[in-house]
Amino acid sequence: MNEQVPSITPQGELFCSPDVEEARSFFRQKPRTMTNKLMSVSEAVSRFVHDGDYLASGGFGGVRIASAVLHEIVRQRKKNLGLSGHTATHDFQILAAGKCFNRCDVAYIVGLEMRGLSLNARRYMESGAVKMTEWTNAALAWRCKAASMGLPFLPARVMLGTDVMKHSAAKTIECPFTGQKLVALPALYPDVGIIHVHRADIFGNCQLDGITIADYEVGRSSKRVIISTEHLVDTDEIIKKPLQTLLPFWLVDAVCHVRYGSYPGNMPYEYFSDEEHLAEWMEAERDPDTFQQFIDKYIYGVSDFREYLELKGGELRMAELRELEPLRRNEEKRMPASGGSL
Amino acid sequence: MKTNNNRYNLMELMVCVASRQLEDSKTAVIGTGMPLAAAMLAQKLTAPNLVILFEAGAVAPKLRRLPISVADSNTQTDALLLSGMDIIFEACQRGTVDYTFLGGAQIDMYGNINSSMIGTDYNRPKVRLPGSGGANDLACLCWKTLTITPHDKRRFVNKLDFLTTPGYLTGPGARERAGLPAGCGPYKVISTLALMGYDPESKRMRVESLHPGITREEVIENTGFEMLFLDSLTETPEPTDHELKVLREEVDPMGLVIGKSGQ
Repeated sequence: MNEQVPSITPQGELFCSPDVEEARSFFRQKPRTMTNKLMSVSEAVSRFVHDGDYLASGGFGGVRIASAVLHEIVRQRKKNLGLSGHTATHDFQILAAGKCFNRCDVAYIVGLEMRGLSLNARRYMESGAVKMTEWTNAALAWRCKAASMGLPFLPARVMLGTDVMKHSAAKTIECPFTGQKLVALPALYPDVGIIHVHRADIFGNCQLDGITIADYEVGRSSKRVIISTEHLVDTDEIIKKPLQTLLPFWLVDAVCHVRYGSYPGNMPYEYFSDEEHLAEWMEAERDPDTFQQFIDKYIYGVSDFREYLELKGGELRMAELRELEPLRRNEEKRMPASGGSL
Repeated sequence: MKTNNNRYNLMELMVCVASRQLEDSKTAVIGTGMPLAAAMLAQKLTAPNLVILFEAGAVAPKLRRLPISVADSNTQTDALLLSGMDIIFEACQRGTVDYTFLGGAQIDMYGNINSSMIGTDYNRPKVRLPGSGGANDLACLCWKTLTITPHDKRRFVNKLDFLTTPGYLTGPGARERAGLPAGCGPYKVISTLALMGYDPESKRMRVESLHPGITREEVIENTGFEMLFLDSLTETPEPTDHELKVLREEVDPMGLVIGKSGQ
């Protein structure tokens, strides 16, 4: 239909197979029994995250992220992970601190939105230690959506004609109906998805409040799912608001009860981000030795996330961050507060 | 770089000029920082019915504080809809979003943007930058793309180190030939020196108005490609006292955006 433009041959590596038959076989054997999946973060990470796995982190970089699980991955010194660098900011900063990954699908990495750039993450990415393939935020969300739909790819109208396309592992196709040129985005089935939510029961039924970002897609496309939750609730609570259910139990492998589990990230309706501590991260990253001491103190030197929270001011600081949360007042106006203080 | 007087700084100038480019009763996906400050200012002054969407999922919030992230709680206050990224980008792909407003590290004469890397070897970048984020998607799919960026030769370049986000690619018709949606593309660029649009024939960047006290020569000196100038070149109206008051007191009282120096 069009005169030819210099055609771009994508050079990026495809880190995950879009083979839907293989994925169906995996999902076929995944148990449907409603069993108690409540466990510590340490147990969840040691059982469900293996060296070499491909990981997808839910939320949006510094908003509703599973910080406790990310810290534990670093603490257990998981290596050679693949990573979906989808709107990755503080989550990326944590995993880069542990040098946990060696390949990355890039949509947004290294940056911290308005806060600036992570110097340590930059050093890691500029060192040559990480293989990169380029995508966009929409492309990575749609790749997980294709996988969620059980389809090997989704067509879309982004990336075309750019260097993102050139360094991706997408292909161009022609629409069989209209002849329109489209990009084919291959299904992405992460080995592990980690998602922080507002409430879950012990079986894995889980709900969140506020924007969902790409978590429906990450939750449904990941072969194994670790849920960390602010509040542990009875199944009856889930049933009261079924429209808010993100995932039903049989998609979930582990439930970890971690109050303030998105810290220092923002948890809408619960607490705001700790900008002081995030600035402290950036400051420490200026010098590699200082930064090593920083992560020794806050990650390697503590036994769990609770100890990290205590180092950062514990209940008192969390109460301050709850005060700073703009949606919390809305929540209290509209419905009884869940949880309470630490 | 200086402004005509000490009444405003370059960030304030850019945000005020940018805010005037957004028409009322339109839809816009906005990025954090200066673009968002401009959109919030537009909502308070000239475009009260501008619908702001955030790529992370929030639709039409009543913005009370300048968000730090396009996903944080401040993007969700009293929103009409809290959804997901797929919903937002699919709305763009369907043709229902009029504007997107972006920043970037490098821009060329066709409005193509680099936000991925500085250097010549992709595998060993001199500086690794964030990448597309949602910028490529938004510039592919929204009807009109606005860009806001400081003006110097390192940013206004003849050749990008990496083409992250499509402008008019290589010129007229190139977007459509690549398969991108027809009839959309770069619209305005707001810099520290000028307000620019694009020549409808060549699709090349063209100065429409020079900021107060700025000369044509200064723009040429600070641009790495051959800049076009509109025949009827005008001077950008200065920020008004009212614009500055609303910007400082209501949009960005913490100085997160306007507190930073232009250079």
